[in-house]
Amino acid sequence: MSNESFDDAPSDGRRSFLTGTTCALFTAGGAGLMTPYVKSWSPSARAMAAGAPISIDLTKISEGEMVVEEWRGRPIYVLKRSREMLESFESLDEQLRNPSSEDDQQPVYAKNDNRSIKPEFLVVEGLCTHLGCTPKFRPNKNEEGFTGFFCPCHGSKFDFAGRVYKGVPAPTNLKVPPHHYVDDNTLIVGAEKEETA
Amino acid sequence: MNIRKKASDLMAWIDYRLPVTKAYKTHMSEYYAPKNLNAWYFFGVLAMLVFANQLLSGIWLTMFYTPTVEEAFDSIEYIMRDVESGWIIRYMHEVGASFFFIVVYLHIYRGFLYGSYKKPRELVWVIGMFIYFLMMAEGFFGYVLPFGNMSYWGAKVILSLIGAIPVFGPDLQIWVQGDFMISGVTLSRFFAFHVALVPLIIILGVYLHLIALHQVGSNNPDGIDIKAVKDEQGIPKDGIPFHPYYTVHDLIPVVIFLMLFFAAVFFFPGGGGFFIEAPNYVPANNLSTPDHIAPVWYYTPFYAMLRAVTVDFLYLDAKFWGLIVMGGAILIVFFLPWLDRSPVNSMRYKGRISKAFLMIWTISFLCLGVLGVKPADWAPSWVSPVLTIIYFSYFFLMPFYTRWESCKTVPERIGADR
Repeated sequence: MSNESFDDAPSDGRRSFLTGTTCALFTAGGAGLMTPYVKSWSPSARAMAAGAPISIDLTKISEGEMVVEEWRGRPIYVLKRSREMLESFESLDEQLRNPSSEDDQQPVYAKNDNRSIKPEFLVVEGLCTHLGCTPKFRPNKNEEGFTGFFCPCHGSKFDFAGRVYKGVPAPTNLKVPPHHYVDDNTLIVGAEKEETA
Repeated sequence: MNIRKKASDLMAWIDYRLPVTKAYKTHMSEYYAPKNLNAWYFFGVLAMLVFANQLLSGIWLTMFYTPTVEEAFDSIEYIMRDVESGWIIRYMHEVGASFFFIVVYLHIYRGFLYGSYKKPRELVWVIGMFIYFLMMAEGFFGYVLPFGNMSYWGAKVILSLIGAIPVFGPDLQIWVQGDFMISGVTLSRFFAFHVALVPLIIILGVYLHLIALHQVGSNNPDGIDIKAVKDEQGIPKDGIPFHPYYTVHDLIPVVIFLMLFFAAVFFFPGGGGFFIEAPNYVPANNLSTPDHIAPVWYYTPFYAMLRAVTVDFLYLDAKFWGLIVMGGAILIVFFLPWLDRSPVNSMRYKGRISKAFLMIWTISFLCLGVLGVKPADWAPSWVSPVLTIIYFSYFFLMPFYTRWESCKTVPERIGADR
């Protein structure tokens, strides 16, 4: 058959054009078909609702005390820091791995000496940056004079701003989640303040 | 060494271990299909396309569906409302079920028209009918899963048919449903059947169907055996390679099919109450039957035959005979290759009696389908028994009329008489 020639046979150029356009159209159709299958794996509306921002009433927290709330399955530590805790920061710089928070573990508005919007409130995710255990709150000094957050799993230590000490397994400071204050006594965790245009 | 050389070396390496090139030649580039295949021959490819759609969308639905009595219905609503694009995946599956039956009915009817079941294609036919039977089981199990009120009562009606079997029927029914009623136990096992057991057997069936077909070659609208006339290389003179001729050719029906299919998915996902019935949008209620129970459209001809039997006979009640008639209506189609004694394959060369019988049978099948949708008292009570008798007489009388009637002479080559 291949030896015979047909007068009405399409030229090679036309043939490859037709093959190309057919393949392109089916590829586009295939991509369209893939869309719902790929999209269906993203968090559902139910998961999105369950992962919505949470509101925390700050009046129930007294000075030097910490509460634990849940957002997207993660423990959120909200600590109302005493003057004493805030004053401890400067003397610690030498012992810390990243005292001035030179990384992306916090939103820009919490990138300061005390890693917070309001100095008296620390808002961090209570998950050790080593392997995800929950560091314990240690407000009182132990024999070695340590106060801050101590991870029971592998001994990582953090100060009252969630900054990691040198010489422990955890590589970075505790993560600060997106958050903002709607008024003096109400904290929203999970969303940043909406930009007012 | 250039790329082309490397590619052919790699192919040789693979072919030595796995017959890829050989399979490609056997089933694609050197599978010679008759050159006169018409539109009736699109439906096999389309059936494979819908089956692929059912497998893909079905696998995705299992990711979000919960097979428990408490959560099944809610998990369907969760898919429809909360899961990203869940609605389209579910509708593709649900509309796909009906379209699967549409193309498979047309595919089977093609066999009736052109005698595709006749020697040497008996096993192609039997395997195909087996796939059709499994599809009916698959559709039934799938319809139960949303656990709407129609799911529940449909399952109830079908399962009580098992209970109609004399002597051990009632115990068998309890064994199949795993409880004294349709419960979570029944639902979980139907889920296992629907997503694993039945589809696996269907995949095997499709594979065997194709292998058996390619062993003997495709029939054609003239019923001419193209292998009878071959050229010097042993290639049938009236055959053309499946690839590229029929692969490219089939792209057109595929595109048209997809347009119709997605028009239904987007604009008529319920199929006007034929693809999903309204009561299935209400959760199952074991204390209240929907006002009108009808199976999904693809079962209705058989359901009408089940209902047509209303007399007790030989100490067995009518319900059991109804089951026998319904089962027999499906079973008898398996035997078509041995019932048809005609010397020719295609309706084009068969005599007037065969044509008349096929026409009457087609009308009776369609009418039974309509009756199955309607309430039992919609038509006079003699109509469905008469239609049932016509349905069966087409098969029972076939060995006689196909032998006696005179047929036209089949030309040796395709197109020789034109």
